[in-house]
Amino acid sequence: METVTLTIKEQPPLFLEAEVFNPDSLASKTAQEIAALPLPMGKTTPVVGDYFTVSGKGGATAAETKVVVNGDLRKVKYIGAHMSAGEVVINGDTDMYVGAWMTGGKITAKGNIGDFAATAMKGGELIVEGNAGNYLGTSYRGDWRGMQGGRIHVKGNVGSDAGTFMMAGEIVIDGNVDVHVMTHADGGRTVIKGNAKSRLGGQMVQGEIYLFGSVDVMMPGFNYVGDVELEVEGVKATFAEYIGDTGERHPKSKGKLIYGKLYQKK
Amino acid sequence: MAEYLIKNGFVFDPVLGINGDKKDIAIKDGKIVESVGASAKVIDAAGKTVMAGGVDIHAHVAGPKVNVGRWYRPEDKKQAPYEPGRGVRRMSGGFSIPTVFKTGYEYANMGYTTVMEAAMPPFFARHVHEEMRDTPILDQGAYPVFGNNWFVLEYLKNGELENTAAYIAWLLRMTKGYAVKCVNPGGTEAWGWGLNCTTIHDPVPYFDITPAEIVKGLIEANEALKLPHSMHVHSNNLGNPGNYETTLDTLKLAEGISPKGDFGRDQVLHHTHIQFHSYGGTTWGDFESRADKIAEYVNANKNITCDIGFVTLDETTTMTADGPFEHHLCELNHLKWANVDVELETGSGVVPYVYSPEIFVCGIQWAIGLEIALLANDPMRFHMTTDHPNAGPFTRYPRVMKWLMSAKARDEMFAGMKNEGKVRDRTGLGAIDRELSLYEIAMMTRAGTAKALGLSHLYGSLTPGLCGDVAVYDYNPETADDPELIEKAFGSAAYLFKQGELIINEGEIISNGNKRTLWVDVKTNENAQVQRDIALKFNKFYTINQNNYEVASHHYVPNPYVIEIDATV
Repeated sequence: METVTLTIKEQPPLFLEAEVFNPDSLASKTAQEIAALPLPMGKTTPVVGDYFTVSGKGGATAAETKVVVNGDLRKVKYIGAHMSAGEVVINGDTDMYVGAWMTGGKITAKGNIGDFAATAMKGGELIVEGNAGNYLGTSYRGDWRGMQGGRIHVKGNVGSDAGTFMMAGEIVIDGNVDVHVMTHADGGRTVIKGNAKSRLGGQMVQGEIYLFGSVDVMMPGFNYVGDVELEVEGVKATFAEYIGDTGERHPKSKGKLIYGKLYQKK
Repeated sequence: MAEYLIKNGFVFDPVLGINGDKKDIAIKDGKIVESVGASAKVIDAAGKTVMAGGVDIHAHVAGPKVNVGRWYRPEDKKQAPYEPGRGVRRMSGGFSIPTVFKTGYEYANMGYTTVMEAAMPPFFARHVHEEMRDTPILDQGAYPVFGNNWFVLEYLKNGELENTAAYIAWLLRMTKGYAVKCVNPGGTEAWGWGLNCTTIHDPVPYFDITPAEIVKGLIEANEALKLPHSMHVHSNNLGNPGNYETTLDTLKLAEGISPKGDFGRDQVLHHTHIQFHSYGGTTWGDFESRADKIAEYVNANKNITCDIGFVTLDETTTMTADGPFEHHLCELNHLKWANVDVELETGSGVVPYVYSPEIFVCGIQWAIGLEIALLANDPMRFHMTTDHPNAGPFTRYPRVMKWLMSAKARDEMFAGMKNEGKVRDRTGLGAIDRELSLYEIAMMTRAGTAKALGLSHLYGSLTPGLCGDVAVYDYNPETADDPELIEKAFGSAAYLFKQGELIINEGEIISNGNKRTLWVDVKTNENAQVQRDIALKFNKFYTINQNNYEVASHHYVPNPYVIEIDATV
């Protein structure tokens, strides 16, 4: 596997749209070619070399390419977006759309990431060692097709509206989460090891939420149905099972309504 | 104004009977002429196809429901991101509900120069005109909707045909409208009561009138006014299995009526997006094509025209004044739904829809459109539309042409379907090997539509004296063998002229032209009763003042083309 290392050398005056910072775009390119790639900013189009030093080179394919991005990236968007294979390592905090629309490969963010990370993700893995912003693993604005596969693991805290319109895949949050989790979800699962605020699973149709900590306000559309013994993320425990959102339409299978499930650790 | 000579192209003009002959076309002072002087600019069209500018009889491209689609579907812009402005082009984007600028550019790229907005809520006519005003290049007109209008319902219930006609004339003048449109007659008003009219004999609540009476009354009023276009109906029961019988019942209402007026049309009833109205079966389970029955009836009755509404198998945004249908659609796909009640006049709904080749119902819908077009005996009366954006975006017309002109292209589409067998079994498309010629396509896209609109004195042909609207496509009908070339060439005109002005030069849009708004000003006898009724309704029911209703000023219609008619007796 070849490695491309991109290190920010100067903070841009506006936000950079780094749609090329992924193995698919950088595969089979030399450092020189990468430095000449467009890096749009506002209405201008600088090149990668204007703001980043580039070393190393891309592998023959995306799968054989590792992209390492270093520095203060809080004004850089779209790192790892649209990637299908290979690896991305982000050493520093970054802005929006990390791993959005990704279909494969692995992203490791060592710092915090911004909003809309893993938008409409279909596959692959996103690991965040810091915190994630709002709208983690949701649909694009207006769309009804959220996260459809893959796995997200955030070791810190997560903002609001995680997993909106989620259809499949998994989100694991080691820390706390803000309001709205898996709103409108039609599948998939979210594990929250910390505490949650309110509106967990609002308008949820299918899917599962596992909550280890507390919730400020349980949605009135969720009904307690009993206790179950489960093993979640290696933890064996008793969970209180709720079904919901009962205010929402639900599909039928073999004459029985299928509900979303919310499990809270006792 | 510059003179042009388009030399040596393969010309297709069904009005003049020119079928692919090599001809020169001359343009001078905005019009087609017999010949031009030696100083004329020469366009070398050797090896290319030349036709009159395209005329679209039915598309939803301006006004409130289109705008609702734009604002509630940001994800549509993701499919076709905004492109920055360049040259004369403004920034533009959007896929199924493009911005007005993109609408103008994309139609021009397909060689179209005239496009009709198919449903204008009179109450929001100003907005419709604002958007048409901002749409570059194209000549446009808009059809106000009448099928659920309280004035019309009351007059027709009482058998007051003269008052109906006088009201229509007044409303066309107020809204700067072009034709009489009728959407789900009575059904949209019934939707205000949570009901619908699914046959032509279902009474409209409160008004106690039936869709049959509304349609027949509007046809008669339309002929009494001698309007350029005929009554333009979207009949009841759209999109439901078994609805072909409702469609036939509606079409039969035109029997025995002949056209009046001086605009050269032969029809008294135009049925729009007839694909959506040609369904057999009783449920989605036994859903099947009845294209054969519908095509047979239209073929046999010369006083009817139709446009198809081809399903293009795309993700799109449905929008119609047929409010109950949109609710029904939302119940089917559970996606987002917008619903509007337009006081006293009409309503509408907007729902996104994915026509997936994986779903057999969508495959059958795709086949039905093509089947009807391929069963047409007279392509002058069967017009190309996708009911944009309902069955698919208008930008797919070149793809529809490919399917119509190539059995091979249809077979490729069939082969890509998950339920190919089922789609073939339940439609007649697989058994049809007809391939339309460019001559027939010219009938479906310009000559026929111009005639049905009563605009054959302006558009649809290269007859000297007509508007200098000419499209040149990089397509050689003698050597082209791959159907993909059809889609490519007819989606990007090499040259386009609008009223004698060069709009597209070597594939690049170089001018926004001098677009016009077509509307019909028809004079009727003084009618104190109708004037009194209008004043009363505005005072009593409308939320706005009568003075704030008219689309009057220069601001809304800066470049009008007014068709004046005297219908006084």
